Amino acid sequence: MQQYIAQRILWSIPTLFLISIAIFGMVRVIPGDAITAQFTSQGNISADDIAKARKSLGIDEPIVSQYIDWISGAARGDFGDSLVTRSSVTDRIWDTLPISLEIAVIGIVISVVISLPIGILSAVKANSMTDYVGRLFALTGLAVPSFWLGILLLVLPSVWFGYLPPLRYIPFTENPLTNLRQFILPSFAVGFVSAATLMRMTRSSMLEVIRADHVRTARAKGLQERVVVLRHALKLAMIPVITILGAQIANLVTGTVVIEQVFGLPGTGRLLIQAINQRDYPLIQAMVMMIAVTVLAVNLLVDISYAWLDPRIRYGGGR
Amino acid sequence: MSVNPVAASPVPVVIPARPPRIVRIAKWMLRASRQQPLGTIGAVVVFVFLVAATVPGLVAPYDPDKVGVGARLEGSSWSHVMGTDSIGRDVFSRIIWGARLSVLIGFGSVLVGTTVGTAIGLVSGYAGGLADTLIQRFVDALMTFPGLILALVLVTVWGQGVPQLVLAIAILIIPGATRIVRGATLAEKNNQYIDAARVLGASHHRILFRHILPNVSAPIIVIVSVMVGVAILIEAALSFLGLGVPPPTSSWGQMLSIEGRTYMLQQPWLAIWPGLAISLVVLGLNLVGDALRDLLDPKLRLR
Repeated sequence: MQQYIAQRILWSIPTLFLISIAIFGMVRVIPGDAITAQFTSQGNISADDIAKARKSLGIDEPIVSQYIDWISGAARGDFGDSLVTRSSVTDRIWDTLPISLEIAVIGIVISVVISLPIGILSAVKANSMTDYVGRLFALTGLAVPSFWLGILLLVLPSVWFGYLPPLRYIPFTENPLTNLRQFILPSFAVGFVSAATLMRMTRSSMLEVIRADHVRTARAKGLQERVVVLRHALKLAMIPVITILGAQIANLVTGTVVIEQVFGLPGTGRLLIQAINQRDYPLIQAMVMMIAVTVLAVNLLVDISYAWLDPRIRYGGGR
Repeated sequence: MSVNPVAASPVPVVIPARPPRIVRIAKWMLRASRQQPLGTIGAVVVFVFLVAATVPGLVAPYDPDKVGVGARLEGSSWSHVMGTDSIGRDVFSRIIWGARLSVLIGFGSVLVGTTVGTAIGLVSGYAGGLADTLIQRFVDALMTFPGLILALVLVTVWGQGVPQLVLAIAILIIPGATRIVRGATLAEKNNQYIDAARVLGASHHRILFRHILPNVSAPIIVIVSVMVGVAILIEAALSFLGLGVPPPTSSWGQMLSIEGRTYMLQQPWLAIWPGLAISLVVLGLNLVGDALRDLLDPKLRLR
């Protein structure tokens, strides 16, 4: 087990290295450099100014030393300063992070609460009317874009009941109730979409387990169906579901980017779009790198928990 | 001396002529549609959108960009089925023309992405060894980026336009396609018929493309149908964020973000139609994908 974990962690280092080069390279590929791109959009500025700005950012140095500068700063959590506000990139990300985290966490809870019961019911009553409704629900969830769902959640209540959630961001510490009222709709929009994937996984995983020998034995012992399903089948069926739940973190990150735009919440996603619109390259680089590291870390944890939950995988080696 | 048993038999043996290919395909489709009613509905929806996208001029009643063909922010009526937007353009016509962009980007990016992904997956699975390990690490790295974020950055770097969007979304599709094709190739390459081909002196190239590729085509067809939906959703999200194909080209995501969001309280339908179009076509594609998986993958048929 320890060997497996060590192996997985070691493997993620070259991956991380590849990602960092890709992110660093992507921004450098643009014709001209960040400063030229910025200044041309602002109007004419003397060549002297450009040279000065370039020096202050260190982009007049050779590319390899630029990369080493950037990556060693990044390792210490220092991604440099924003081109637009001149403030620390790391600080700006930290300021917006709680908002996106709140959406994501409530989103996951909503998604699990919706998907598990429907998935289990769908599998237990396979090929019944209940199953068809459940599956159609999941397919719909996969097809509906979260930002459209978000818009509907804003429009329909306001048309029908004249209700609009508070549109200016209220921190949880200021007014917990208003804050929750504000976050429930965006979280639902994000959670609903990932519920579809989770439900499908729960259903197919349950279907496989429900025919297993130990479940038949439990039934033969005369246990109640409810106990068989919830105690014996569900436990085993949850293993692949947890993996998918891990993968959903990546989807939630994507989901919050779009949904924050719809609901006007100043989270990390909105910061990223702002950075992209202003061509604020240090900020874009830092955010994409942080997202990649987060997803990589989650994948690592999922793999490890998977090996821990299912002993058959433990001896499977590095892949 | 051997005698041909058929020629020697007193009763004339009639070998029925094989029906032409088109008849066989039609029969297969008829049988498939009876087995998969939901998939058939999906196929019909997708077909309707494909028609709209191919000949939008014939389906759309008005010029999609013509301002003032109706009053501003009109509700639905006989002359404007889906109403009009804030500058009096016909929403139905804009939705029809928007289908063109979605189909172009959806199918274009999946075509590029699965072709490249299939090639890489075939080679990776067939070659094995160090090449395989390196390719898989690279795929892992690519998969670490959430799709939309990667597309956002690529479009920022490359600029906005149809070719750029197709390429950016194709890059998201490559790793998934590579994974699936590699897995299928691994399962296929140890079969005896591959050994037989090798003994007969077939080249690697021939084994890969004449023997393995046809046998891994089922999962490829399934990913294509599902991935087109994913690609359409990503295009819509990018347009919604203002990073899709720039106006005046009408795209569903852009209609939602500009007209839909600004006027959603005065004319809620403006925010409903484009989203409905996206959801319907993606749902159709998913239904087709599910049905194809059931039809083409015998292992899952019992489920």
